[in-house]
Amino acid sequence: MTTAGEARTYPFSEARGLELDPTYRALRDEQPVARVRLPYGGEGWLATRYADVKTVMSDPRFSRAATVGKDIPRTTPARQQGTTILSMDPPEHSRLRKLVAKAFTARQIERLRARAQQVVDELLDRMAEQGPPADLVEGLALPLPITMICEMLGVPFDDRDRFRAWSDQLLGVTAFTAEEIEQARAEFRAYLAGLIEQRRRTPSDDMLGVLVQARDEDDKLTEDELVDFGITLLVAGHETTANQIGNFVYTLMANPEQLAKLRDNLDLVPSAVEELLRFIPLGNSAAFARVAVEDVELGGVLVKAGEAVLVSTASANRDAQVFDNPDQIDLERQDNAHVAFGHGVHHCLGAQLARLELQIALKSLLTRFPTLRPAVPIEEMVFKQGRLVRGLSALPVAW
Amino acid sequence: MTEGRWRVEVDGATCIGSGLCVGTAPDHFELVKDTSHPINELVEPAEAVRDAAESCPVEAILVRNAATGEVVAPEQ
Ligand code: HEM
Ligand code: SF4
Repeated sequence: MTTAGEARTYPFSEARGLELDPTYRALRDEQPVARVRLPYGGEGWLATRYADVKTVMSDPRFSRAATVGKDIPRTTPARQQGTTILSMDPPEHSRLRKLVAKAFTARQIERLRARAQQVVDELLDRMAEQGPPADLVEGLALPLPITMICEMLGVPFDDRDRFRAWSDQLLGVTAFTAEEIEQARAEFRAYLAGLIEQRRRTPSDDMLGVLVQARDEDDKLTEDELVDFGITLLVAGHETTANQIGNFVYTLMANPEQLAKLRDNLDLVPSAVEELLRFIPLGNSAAFARVAVEDVELGGVLVKAGEAVLVSTASANRDAQVFDNPDQIDLERQDNAHVAFGHGVHHCLGAQLARLELQIALKSLLTRFPTLRPAVPIEEMVFKQGRLVRGLSALPVAW
Repeated sequence: MTEGRWRVEVDGATCIGSGLCVGTAPDHFELVKDTSHPINELVEPAEAVRDAAESCPVEAILVRNAATGEVVAPEQ
C-alpha cells in the first residue's frame, strides 16, 4: 500500500503494444489524484478519473503558461517552450486559436470529404496493384493525413520525408538524445521560415499564407509564434492520425469478431471510430503537465499553488463511472463522451479533420478489401519505442 | 446602458461538449451534462465571449447585439 505522501515512479512501465498499465485502474479506485515522480523535474500529481481529468483540462486555475521554461515534472528532457499554442492560456491562447479555428470547424472540414475520399481511393488503388501483401502504414496511414494537412497548410507533399524525420524526433521521448531533438527543431524551424519567406514574396491563400498575412498586416502573432504554429499544425496534423489509423486496424484485426461486425455493417463506422478513439491509449503516458495557479482541492487532495498536475486521458476513457464495461470494445456504444481529443481550451483543433480521415480510411479499407487480415501473426507486429505516441513501425496486411 | 449588451445563445443540439468555451470564458459559459449553457443570456460586451464564439469547433455559439439582433460573433 502506498500512502498519499509516497510518490510512484511514472510512467509506471514502458508501454507494451496498446495495453494500458493496470496501475491506472487501481489508482482510479484508490487514489484518483496520486503523487508521481517523473524522469525529469521531480514530483507532481497524476489525475486518473474522468471528472478530475476534465476539471484539470478546463478549469483556468490549472495553467499551461505557468509551465513554460520551468523545471516541471515531465517525461522529456526539454523544457516547455512558450511560443506554441499548447503552452498558452487564454487570452493569448485564444488570439492564436482564432486565427485558424474557422478552417477547422465541422462545417469547413465537411467540405474536404470528397478530396479525402479521392486521396484514400488512390492510395488503396496503389495497394491493390502492388499487393498483397502491403504495409498499411506506408500505404495508407501516413500518406492520408500528410496529404490532407500539407494541402491545407500549403506545405509541399514532396518534402514529406524531411519533415517526417524531424517530426518523429520532436515526438521522441527516449528514442533520441536531447541534442538530436534540438537539432531537429532547429532544422524544422529553418524549413518553415523558408516557406514563410516564399509567402512574403508571393502571397497565397493556404493556411500558412493566411497566418503570414495575420502577422505582417495585422500583427496578430510574433515571428516565433508563426514558425512554431506551422510546426505544431504540421506535426499534430499527421503524427496522431497516422498512428491511430494503424492502431485502429491493428485492434480490429486482433479482434476478428469486431472486424467482421464492422465490415458487415458499415453504418457503424462513425460510432466505431469514437469507440476506438476512446479505447486505444494513443499516448504512451500522460505527457504535458499543467500547473495550479492557486490552491485547488482535487479528487480528495489539496493541490498547492505551483504544483504540477498530469492527466491521463487514456485512464479517464476507461472510467467505469462514465462508461459501461469500459475495458470492452463496443462499436455501437452510445453517448461516447470520451476525452481522446482532450477537453477545454486546448481541445484538439483537428478533431473534426481526424474524424473525417479515420472514418473514410476505415470504411474504404473494409469496402475495398473485405477479406483484410494480418500478413504476419498479429503478435509479431512491431510497435515503435520511446515515442510520445504509440504506433506500429509497419502493418503488413493481406486480403 | 443596455443598448450595448450582447445576447448569448448556445445551440445545445449542436454543441459537442468540447469545453472550449468554458475554458476560454469561464465567467460566461458552464457545462451541464456535457452541453454548454451561457451563465447569463445578456452580458456586457467581453472579448472572452467573442473568443469563445469564434473558437467553437461546431459554431454552436451565437453572440448578437441584444438591441439590434446584429450578429457579433462568429464572423461569417
Ligand atoms: C486521432 C487523431 C488526433 C488525436 C487523438 C488528437 C488529440 C489531441 C489532444 C488530446 C489534444 C489536447 C492536448 C492537451 O490539452 O494536452 C490535441 C490538441 C491539438 N491538436 Fe490534436 N489530435 C488528433 C489529430 C489532430 C489533427 C489532424 C490536427 C490537425 C491540425 C491536430 C491539431 C491539434 C492542435 C493544433 C492542438 C492544440 C490545440 C490548442 O492548444 O488549442 N490534432 N489533440
Ligand atoms: S465550444 Fe462549442 S462545442 Fe465546445 S462546449 Fe462550447 S458550445 Fe459546446
